[in-house]
Amino acid sequence: MQRYFISKLGQSVLLLFGVLLLVFVMVRITGDPAALMMPREASPEDVEAFREAMGFNRPLPLQFVDFLSGAIVGDFGNSLHFKTPAMPMVLARLPATVQLAGVGLLMAIVVGIPLGLVGGFTPGSLVDSVGRGLALLGQSIPNFWLALIMILFFAVRLGWFPSFGRDYWNSVIMPAFVLGLPTMGQIVRLTRSAVLEIRGEDFIRTANSKGLEPGTIYTKHVLRNVAIPLVSVIGVQFGYMLGGSIYIETIFAWPGIGQLLEQSIGWRDFPLVQAIAIFTSLVVLAINLFTDVAYAVIDPRIRYDT
Amino acid sequence: MTPDELTQPADNLLDVERTFSERLAYIGRFFWRDKSGIIGLVMFFLVVFAAVFSPAISPYNPLKQNLRDSKMLPAWTAEGSWDHPFGTDNLGRDIFSRVIYGARVSLTVGFFGVLIAGTLGMVLGAIAGYAGGRIDSVIMGVINLVLSLPYLLFVVFIAAILGRSLINVILIFGITDSPVFARVTRGEVLRIRESGYVESAISAGARWPRIVFDHIIPNLIGPLITLATFEMSAMIFYEAGLGFLGLSVPPTVPSWGNMLAAGRKYLTSYPWIATFPGLAIMFTSMGMNLLGDWLRDVLDPRLRRSRK
Repeated sequence: MQRYFISKLGQSVLLLFGVLLLVFVMVRITGDPAALMMPREASPEDVEAFREAMGFNRPLPLQFVDFLSGAIVGDFGNSLHFKTPAMPMVLARLPATVQLAGVGLLMAIVVGIPLGLVGGFTPGSLVDSVGRGLALLGQSIPNFWLALIMILFFAVRLGWFPSFGRDYWNSVIMPAFVLGLPTMGQIVRLTRSAVLEIRGEDFIRTANSKGLEPGTIYTKHVLRNVAIPLVSVIGVQFGYMLGGSIYIETIFAWPGIGQLLEQSIGWRDFPLVQAIAIFTSLVVLAINLFTDVAYAVIDPRIRYDT
Repeated sequence: MTPDELTQPADNLLDVERTFSERLAYIGRFFWRDKSGIIGLVMFFLVVFAAVFSPAISPYNPLKQNLRDSKMLPAWTAEGSWDHPFGTDNLGRDIFSRVIYGARVSLTVGFFGVLIAGTLGMVLGAIAGYAGGRIDSVIMGVINLVLSLPYLLFVVFIAAILGRSLINVILIFGITDSPVFARVTRGEVLRIRESGYVESAISAGARWPRIVFDHIIPNLIGPLITLATFEMSAMIFYEAGLGFLGLSVPPTVPSWGNMLAAGRKYLTSYPWIATFPGLAIMFTSMGMNLLGDWLRDVLDPRLRRSRK
């Protein structure tokens, strides 16, 4: 177990290094980051002074070493718009994004797993059709559009929820639902197919034929095996929701990292965009690592395999 | 499994030596039994039709402004008229025509994006899977890196750096999505290489071109076509999302994402401006997902039998 954990941790550190390299290259991909970051009407002298100040005129390897050593101590430069260090601003937005993704994931789990279980045990039933329909909708509705329609209907027409911001207890419900819907669909699909598959396994037939209570079979044999693929998908989906909330936060004016990203792109504030990309990747990598470990704890086959 | 399927000869289930027309008939039977495949295909063809024949079927020039007739309601409302079935937008442009033309942008991005991603991914995945060793670990390292990133965030990041153009959007999706194809290709190549029939072909003296063209490629086509359907649907989605943020094709081009972005400002007073492009995205995506699900069942014989 310890060896497994260390090897996974090593992989994550390597991936993080890869992220830093990728971001470094991407900012310089047009050849002239100074022109990219300065307003279009800036004079050539201003651009030159900016290039000097940011160190973009120095050799690339030197720039990368500086970038890396800054990254290690958590220094990602100053935001061009606010003139303050970029990383603390990203961190300040973290709680709102975690709240949004957390509530969204919770909704997806609470609705998705029961629907998937019932669908898997009674394929073709009404509940199964509802679940499969929901899964298809979750895959096909563009979430930025669903967000607009929900605001129009539930906030403007019915007045049930506030249409933007994070000021009331029920502010989180609409954005979290929209963010969680694709995940909900995926959980339904996965649970359903896992139940269907496991019900056909030999050990279930054995359990049936030795006279075990159906209730015991479900809880002891079926549910435990359904949990294995679910854990990994839930981990991946949580990371996806944290990094994918840009539309929803923008539309609902939710003061999280996604909204900051949209704003900083509008300001062409690339040091801030860069800090967001790196920080979010770090969080997603950490979640993936946690998921891998949780997976190995639940399923011993994994940790002995590697 | 239905009773008549149980009584079919085993050959039908195992895909052994059948003529082309028999195969076609078999796929046709599957098609007919699972209606969702037909629905998906019809939806997809409608979108393709709209994209190909946009100039012929759209009643107006999608760029023509007519401020006198701006913000007209859709035809089925009391104030609407069938001159403009979906109404007009804030500049008096016909929304129906713009939705039809929007299919062009979406399908172009989806088609060429998948073409680039698929070609690139297939080559990389095949090399990694067939060569193995150090080459495999380097390619897989890069693939795992890209796949573990928050995808949307990086696409937005790159799009913001490169600027708005159709070519940029296609290149972004083509390159960032290739790891998905590479991973599937590599997995399939590994599976096929280890399979009994390749082993027996090798021991029977077959050289690598025969193994690659007779055994590996035919087995790769099914999973990759299925994947391409889903990925194309995803790209259409992401393109609209980029357009919504003002990062896709230039604002003058009638694309569904651009229309949504423009309609958002008028959401509360003129909601239909944003409604129709959204419905178009949903329609396309739903059709392609239904089609993809069906293709997966038909093209993968291992799943056929477990289909409920």
